[in-house]
Amino acid sequence: MAVALFLVPLIFALAAFLVPSSRVRPWLVPLGAAAHLGLVIVALRENADVSAFSGWLVLDKLGRVALPLVSTLFAGCSLYVPTYLRLRSERPNRVFCGALLTFLSMMTLIIISHHMGLMWVALEATTLATAPLLYFNQNARSLEATWKYLLIGGTGIALALLGSFFLAYSALHAGIHGSLLIDELVRDAPLLSRPWLHTAFIVLFVGYGTKMGLAPMHTWKPDAYGEAPGLVGALLAGGLTTCAFLAILRFYQVCAAAGEGAFAREIMVVMGLLSMAVAGVFMARQRDYKRMLAYSSVEHMGILVLGIGIGGLAAFGAMLHLVNNALTEGVLFIAAANIHRAYGTKTIDTVGGALRRVPASAALFLAGFFAVTGSPPFGPFLSEFTILRGAFDSGRYGIAAAFLALLFVVFVGMGGTVLAVVQGKPRDDLPDTGFHDSLGTVGPALILLIAVVVLGVWVPPGLEEALREAASLVENGR
Amino acid sequence: MSTAVDPLLVLILMLNFLLLGTSRLRSAINASAMQGALLGLLTVFVHGELSARPLVVGAAAIAIKGLLIPGMLHRALRDAAIRREIEPYVSFVTSLILGAVATGAAVLFADRLPLAPEHQELLLVPASLATVLAGFLIMSTRRKAITQVVGYLVLENGIFVMGLTLHDAMPSLVEIGVLLDLLVAIFVIGIVINHINREFGSLDVAQLDALKE
Repeated sequence: MAVALFLVPLIFALAAFLVPSSRVRPWLVPLGAAAHLGLVIVALRENADVSAFSGWLVLDKLGRVALPLVSTLFAGCSLYVPTYLRLRSERPNRVFCGALLTFLSMMTLIIISHHMGLMWVALEATTLATAPLLYFNQNARSLEATWKYLLIGGTGIALALLGSFFLAYSALHAGIHGSLLIDELVRDAPLLSRPWLHTAFIVLFVGYGTKMGLAPMHTWKPDAYGEAPGLVGALLAGGLTTCAFLAILRFYQVCAAAGEGAFAREIMVVMGLLSMAVAGVFMARQRDYKRMLAYSSVEHMGILVLGIGIGGLAAFGAMLHLVNNALTEGVLFIAAANIHRAYGTKTIDTVGGALRRVPASAALFLAGFFAVTGSPPFGPFLSEFTILRGAFDSGRYGIAAAFLALLFVVFVGMGGTVLAVVQGKPRDDLPDTGFHDSLGTVGPALILLIAVVVLGVWVPPGLEEALREAASLVENGR
Repeated sequence: MSTAVDPLLVLILMLNFLLLGTSRLRSAINASAMQGALLGLLTVFVHGELSARPLVVGAAAIAIKGLLIPGMLHRALRDAAIRREIEPYVSFVTSLILGAVATGAAVLFADRLPLAPEHQELLLVPASLATVLAGFLIMSTRRKAITQVVGYLVLENGIFVMGLTLHDAMPSLVEIGVLLDLLVAIFVIGIVINHINREFGSLDVAQLDALKE
């Protein structure tokens, strides 16, 4: 079962490479996504542990949150693939479809792998699988974005490996015969050599944090999200970052089990607030609305680690925010991609009055903006409010105040750009791009938005239970 | 056997300085190739007695880090007809001084980390940290895409040295995965460089600056 979870998308990827017809091939992506989602649902309903290879692959309580999330987001975005590739029929799509499905497979592998080395290999594989996705447009700008993504991401991956070695050494020094299984590290955590453990966590945090896009390691993000096709941006912002965050949580789990949780939490609080602040600064007067979304993603990565850093109720809030953020990013990136298609440019110098030109996409973009900045009744409001309550409950009023202030700064900064996009009258001299709202381009974003609204009003008991268990696993190791 | 380990590590450290100080792309690539080959030897010598696994891994390191990747880089250099000297963001003297500071910091920091009995006499950890830092320096102070790749290689070499301390603890799957992934990563980066070359007619990453605030 555990093997099938990542093997099935890989088989679909292979099929995508083999299918000769460029018209049929894009349909393999939603098909593969549906198969994956089906498998995930079956795996979640199984009462016994889903595992394979003597503990190398385990679907644990964290995975039970992250895997359905990634699978749902991918399924939502995959509905957009056939329409998008029909609009871009001038481009070959063999590599694009194959890489998308490989990407899904490797994200799954990161989530279910409990072996440090295997998790690292899967992370590297996601980077390689996403490079051709970023380079889809094959122009100078997407090339520059891909180059930065590979070099900065590659450095992050290298550091993640170095950190894994440090962690393994801390076990070796303690006389434990070098285990790289997370479960064994958590079990033996009290014995680990402290100086090595501290160094390992810092290096791992920087390494996986680079993939997550935390400031100041976020510099690849605006370029990559700005130049990538919208649905790729959605999958990077909601999927890949979720996987990198999960990796950080696993190492935090080891730290917490070793009694060094406070040390790790301080780092996460500082880095979380820093990411929010950097995002706030760069989002103000941002003229490019896709780059603006990248900074919004940096902000939300900051909120996630901040929530874990505060701990307790806020850790539960962070898990809830993980779900809300990924789904909301999906809405925003797809809506932004539609607006981009309709105007042909992505700066507010030429884009305006989108509510008149593409009413449905613009309305979704506006709703996505309110959702992502934490306005009721959307899901992120609930999760950000939970993190805030967690900060108050633990008496960290300074952090709570900074959190609120930064949320406000981001709201104002982002609002300026979003309103410029949707309001007003479109310029008269705009060329007709032939793009109109249709079921295929608006539907996927609408489905994701409905999910975000539902989560803002009502968190299903099953999900709440899963989130609580995941937060407890991270903090208490069970 | 392990008496050869420290001299080899000193050679690797000296190559770091050669890389930091050289202005010629060719000698930078050659120095990284030599470093890779030394890592292969190191893999064999770090074990007390000869056995099959370190020999295979060592041979693979020499083949990939010492021959294959430098060959690819030389080829990229030739195809792009670039033989100009490197124009770094900071002068070579400055980067040598920074390299010396980084090496000193690595030694001081490594001193604070407790070592397992079998590594106490060896320079493995300080050499690893110093090489990682040198790689960072090269990556962040050089303009050319190809030198940044060399810097990345040096960074990876430093990590490889750290991996040697864990040789017995790491399952062989990961060992092979590491080398394969490295190969693929560089391969992809190489393709990208190729495209940069075609798009801009030069390998200067300073031209990659259309995307900024």
